[in-house]
Amino acid sequence: MKHKTFFWFFLPTASAMLLFIALPIFSIVIQSLFTPHDAVIIVTENCDPFGCKQETTIDQEATRDLKKSEPLGKFVGLEIYKDRGHLAVNEIKEIWVESNNFAEFRNNIGNLPFYRAMAFTLTFTFTVTPLMLVFGFIIALAVNSLHQNLKGLTIFFSLLPMIVSPLIGSLVLFWMIDSRGIIGEALQYVFEDPDLSLKASTGLTWVMLIVYGVWHAAPFSFVVFYAGLQTLPMDTIESAKIDGASRLQQVWYVVIPHLMPLITFVALMQLMDNFRVFEPIVGFSAEAHAQSLSWFIFNDLGGETRLLSSAATSSVLTIIGVSILLFPVLIRTWCDFNEKSAK
Amino acid sequence: MIKNIMRLVVASAIAVFAAPIFADGHGCKISARVSIVGNEFPAIHAVADGAKVCKGSEVKANLTADHQKINVAGMSGNPAEYTSAIIANSSIVALMNNDVIRPLDDLVAKHGKGLKKNQLITINGKVMAVAFMANAQHLVYRSDILEKAGISAPKTYEEMLAGAKIIKDKGLMDYPLGGAYKAGWNLAQEFTNMYIGHGGEFFKPGSAEVSINNAKGVATLEMLKALSTYMNPDFLTHDSNATSAEWKAGNVAMMNMWGSRMGPLMDPEQSTPTVVKTTTLGDPMTVGGGSTPATTLWWDGWTVAKNISDAEAEATFIAMMNGINPKRLDDKMMPLAVWLIEGFKPGPANVGVAAAARMNAIPYPMLPYQGLLHSALGSEIVDFMQGKEGAATALADVEAAYTAAAKEKGFLN
Repeated sequence: MKHKTFFWFFLPTASAMLLFIALPIFSIVIQSLFTPHDAVIIVTENCDPFGCKQETTIDQEATRDLKKSEPLGKFVGLEIYKDRGHLAVNEIKEIWVESNNFAEFRNNIGNLPFYRAMAFTLTFTFTVTPLMLVFGFIIALAVNSLHQNLKGLTIFFSLLPMIVSPLIGSLVLFWMIDSRGIIGEALQYVFEDPDLSLKASTGLTWVMLIVYGVWHAAPFSFVVFYAGLQTLPMDTIESAKIDGASRLQQVWYVVIPHLMPLITFVALMQLMDNFRVFEPIVGFSAEAHAQSLSWFIFNDLGGETRLLSSAATSSVLTIIGVSILLFPVLIRTWCDFNEKSAK
Repeated sequence: MIKNIMRLVVASAIAVFAAPIFADGHGCKISARVSIVGNEFPAIHAVADGAKVCKGSEVKANLTADHQKINVAGMSGNPAEYTSAIIANSSIVALMNNDVIRPLDDLVAKHGKGLKKNQLITINGKVMAVAFMANAQHLVYRSDILEKAGISAPKTYEEMLAGAKIIKDKGLMDYPLGGAYKAGWNLAQEFTNMYIGHGGEFFKPGSAEVSINNAKGVATLEMLKALSTYMNPDFLTHDSNATSAEWKAGNVAMMNMWGSRMGPLMDPEQSTPTVVKTTTLGDPMTVGGGSTPATTLWWDGWTVAKNISDAEAEATFIAMMNGINPKRLDDKMMPLAVWLIEGFKPGPANVGVAAAARMNAIPYPMLPYQGLLHSALGSEIVDFMQGKEGAATALADVEAAYTAAAKEKGFLN
């Protein structure tokens, strides 16, 4: 392709990427380096239905002048990154000095919001991603071997978990696993423990979120793998059969290598998605047991007093986290690409 | 000619039939758009419905439990999307901090006839909001269960605990207590109530420096945890809606609940006759031998956005005034809340809030940094409630989380 043609061809994509990806990232990075100005506080007399009293409020006029002269706020550098709500650098140092052994160190770190969230997020990411790949693959193989007339209907039903919006899906399950819900009661009956509650135990909440994550994401990998299976080279399969390969061997030596690029693609997408786990936490009201960076952002933006710099910082940390996760996969893709172009 | 007569007939027919529907709107004419954002419960709906009957321009209302997540953002633009936010004494602070609401003195002088002085929320001498209802959490109990257990309505949280034990031991109920203990805002609110009941101060006097890691804070947490052992094990996921549902299902005998939720609990359409008949309101309880009730007084009111034209502000004021028009206080609206509106007569669903005011309960603090402490409490005392850490550690965590947030917001250096 000529350079000029390529330029015009690529221009719409490039400008969209600049506008919707590069600029927002630039903006959150900037915002994470600034905080609001020091509040100018005055004591005033305030009255409400219950009487008048002296109270502290913000002096709007003085604050407005400050804002006008420096609209970005106060430059603080990496202070927000280092504070307790994020990387908690000083707190970690203290814990390191004060802890007697590693178990205690780990325990105390779990008390810091960022690391507590990371513990859940990484567990979630690294259990849900492989499980959904495996389940998606098994469903795809099963559906592919069905009779032609049954396929359409089966595909439709297998896709349902993905069609249901995550918030609704988790809310439906939330009420079912309630200790007075159908699944909750059933579990209490099976385990003969009337006090059993999935929502009250951290471990069980994590299991519940992971099961939900797999349930919700498996259809995605199913659909991709199913599409891949339609391009399976039948002559290779036939020659494998002639060589006496069992069904399992066919899958292992022919089907999986053929689908490998798709597996990489699905894994990439899912690593990204699962690292940003958010809807199930809200839907299951699981914030007491499981938090993620995305949930922190939501929480910072939602409270009565919004913490914008903190939300920006969490966003930057999410991007960094996703990049680290995707690094090995990206390196691999890059190598494959180079190999191919070298040939 | 005939055509014209027909037109006249049709028009008068419409006028005659439509008149009863629009009767409420009589006298309420507005000339610019009105857009309301607010919390979602029956009393707020009633006010918004009153604003909506105004004729002449469009009146929109977005009432949602997530109103605090959207009201500042929706009023920051110029022109603002929302011309009025319905808020309470805690949430007005965010609007004040962000400078998105306007003083109402001139509008009150022009259109505020009939407003009582105690409805005007004045900050630094300027009217910033018009309050229309009061709210507070207080005891509500099932008289039949308490009778069967042979106990009287608790006056203190200690009595409530003892009563819960008797009810459980007698096998009357598995989880006799209820409460909105959902991690986050609700749980933090229960801490706030209990800490005030213990006579605690949240901040060092005259500063934004937090001071809750003390004996009163520990006693507060211990009491919350003791109460939670008699609650449904899912209590950390139960907000006011879920707790009310538990009550209506007949699973709870005693709880500390919002006055504004009492109407639905006593509504025969929403629960069984036994529950409706035996749901009884009590005074707010005290704790730890204190005399200040462990609850907070709240007002709900409306504001007018700053970043809108004066015409829109005037229209909004007129429409909202119609929402709280004393003429609208009919049999349906009256029991929904403790109205601060002229002509309000307290009913059986309102005695709890009235008792809170009579017992000199403390209003929820209107401090610029109280919201930050509330958020910190909501997330950091959860570990303690689950038995994962001690009370002192949890309180130290709250203080650390608050301090980090307050530094970011420029309240602390």
